[in-house]
Amino acid sequence: MAFQLTRDVNTIKSYAKTIRMNVIKMLTEAASGHPGGSLSATDVVAALLFAVMRHDPTNPKWDNRDRFIMSKGHCIPAWYAALAQAGYFDEKELCTLRRLGSRLQGHPDRCKLEAIEASTGSLGQGLSIALGMAMAAKMNNADWRVYCMIGDGESQEGQIWEAVMAAAKFKTDNLTVILDHNNGQIDGYVADVMPIMPIEEKFRAFNWHVIGVDGHDINQILNALDEAADTKGRPTLILANTVKGKGVSFMENNIGWHGKAPSKEEEEKALQELAAI
Amino acid sequence: MAKKATRQAFGEALAELGDKNQDVVVLDADLSKSTMTCYFADKFPDRFFEFGIAEANMIGAAAGMALAGKIPFACSFACFITGRYDTIRMSVGYTNSNVKIIGTHVGIGIGEDGYSQMGLEDVAVMRSLPNITIIQPADEIETKQAVAYAAEYDGPVYMRLTRQKLPDINQDGYVFQHGKGVELAPGNDLTILATGGTVYHALDAKKQLAEKGIDARIINIHTIKPLDTDLVLRCAKETKGLFTVEDHNIIGGLGSAVAEVLCEHYPAPLKRWGILDVYGESGGEADLYHAYKIDAEGIAEAAADFYNRISK
Repeated sequence: MAFQLTRDVNTIKSYAKTIRMNVIKMLTEAASGHPGGSLSATDVVAALLFAVMRHDPTNPKWDNRDRFIMSKGHCIPAWYAALAQAGYFDEKELCTLRRLGSRLQGHPDRCKLEAIEASTGSLGQGLSIALGMAMAAKMNNADWRVYCMIGDGESQEGQIWEAVMAAAKFKTDNLTVILDHNNGQIDGYVADVMPIMPIEEKFRAFNWHVIGVDGHDINQILNALDEAADTKGRPTLILANTVKGKGVSFMENNIGWHGKAPSKEEEEKALQELAAI
Repeated sequence: MAKKATRQAFGEALAELGDKNQDVVVLDADLSKSTMTCYFADKFPDRFFEFGIAEANMIGAAAGMALAGKIPFACSFACFITGRYDTIRMSVGYTNSNVKIIGTHVGIGIGEDGYSQMGLEDVAVMRSLPNITIIQPADEIETKQAVAYAAEYDGPVYMRLTRQKLPDINQDGYVFQHGKGVELAPGNDLTILATGGTVYHALDAKKQLAEKGIDARIINIHTIKPLDTDLVLRCAKETKGLFTVEDHNIIGGLGSAVAEVLCEHYPAPLKRWGILDVYGESGGEADLYHAYKIDAEGIAEAAADFYNRISK
C-alpha cells in the first residue's frame, strides 16, 4: 500500500529531527561517515519521502513509484534513516552502517538494498541516471517522477553539465533536481576550492526552471516541489540554501565535519542539542 | 566471398531488433552515421536518442533507462565510450544495469584517422570490471546473432566492432553461443586463437604455415569474457603451444586473458601477438595490418618463429 503522506509541517519537522538524531548515532557507531552534508540534506529528504513522493515501503520496486537518487552518495545516511522511519526496514539495522555484510554501504549500493535506485558515490553520475529514468517514464507515458539530489561541490563535475544540457533538450519536466547548497566540500569552502556561483544563472542559461529556497524551511521546500511538479516542458532545479552540519552547533558551517564521525562525547552533545529543537 | 564491416552488420541487426523488441532503445553521441545506429534512428525515431558529444552522460542515462526496464544500446567509438571508465564502472558495472555498450572503430583497422580514434585498450579496461560480458564478433552472421543475444541477455555487455570490412568466416546456419570459442580449422601442432578483425587473417595464415610444415588449429574467440577456458585448456593439451592474435594492445586483451588461464591451470607455451604495447598511427587499413604484422603474412611469420622455438 502506498505510504500515507503528510503535509503537516510539524510532523515533517519531527521526522527530520529523528533523521538527524539517527544520522549522528549511525556515524558514531560506524566511527566514520559524512555528517555535514547528511545534516544539510535532511529537511529536503524528509519533505520528499514523507510529504511528496509516491512510494510503498512494502513494495520498494513498485512500478509506479517516484524515484529518488542521492547523487552525492556520501550523504546517504540521511536517506537510510528516512527509509527506516518510513518502514522500509527496522530502525535497528541503521547501526550496521558501513559494517562488513551490511546492506547499508558507506555509499549507496542498489544491488544490496532494494530501496536504493542507483549506486552512487563517484560524484557527478547520479543525475545522468535520473535523467535516463525520467526519459524512460516519458517513453512509457508513466506519471511517476524522478528526484535527484546533487551537491554544490559535486557540481564541479563535468558530467553534471552534460546531464543538465541533455535534460533541457529532452524536456524532462518529470525530473526535479535539488542542489544541496551547503557551501562546503572536503578541501574547504566551495567558493575557494572551485567557485560554482552564480549557479541559478547557469541552470537558467541551460533552459531549466530554477527555484531558490531556504533548504531548512519545510514550507518553502514543499512549495518548490509543488511548483516543480506543475512546471511543464523543462526540468526544475531547486537551489536549497542550506547549512552544512545543520542542527548541531559545533558542526554547523565547519568544514572539518564534512567527513568525520563524532566521538561518544560529541554524539551526546549533538543528540542533546537536536532533542531540544 | 561477401565482406561487411561488423559495425554495418550491427546497424542492420539493431534496426531489425527494433521491430522484435519494443524495449530496445538506442543512444548515440554524434557518431550515428559511423556506428551505424542511423538505420535504427531512421526507423524508430521515438526510441533513438542523440546525446551529442557527451559520452559519460549518455552512459549514465542508458543506465537509468535500463533501471526503468528499457534495453539501451549506448554507442560510440570504442576508445571514447570505454574512456568513460568510471561512469561504466559505477553506473553500469557496480549498479548492474542492463546496458549494452557498443564500441565501434576498434584497433588499427580504422586506418587513416590514426591513433586518437583507435580502440586499442578498450578490452583491457573493460575486462577489469566484474559482471560485464565482452563480445567481439568476426563477421556479419556472428555480429547479427551476437546483437540479438545481447538484447536477450540480462546484464551489461560490451561489444567491440570494426570499421573495416571483414569477409564471412562462418557458414549459413552458424549459431552464436555465448562464452564458447569456435574451432574454424583443425590442426595438431599449434593453436592460433584470434578475435574480431584478425580472425580471417589467422585463417589465411594457416595456409602459409602449412607450406612451412606447421599444422595450425584456428580458433575464433568471440566472447573474450567470460573466456572459454575449457577450450583454451584443451588446445593447450592437444597442441604444442598457443598463439593469440588481436587488433588490440597485447597487454590486457585476449592474450592476457589466455595467459591468466594457462598460468593458473596448465602452464604451456604461449605467444601473445597483436599491437605490441605501442600507440597506433595513420595509414591504410591493409598497410597498417601489414606494418604491425597482424595480417596473414605477419601472423604466419610470428607464429612460425614461435613454433620453431618451442618445438626444438
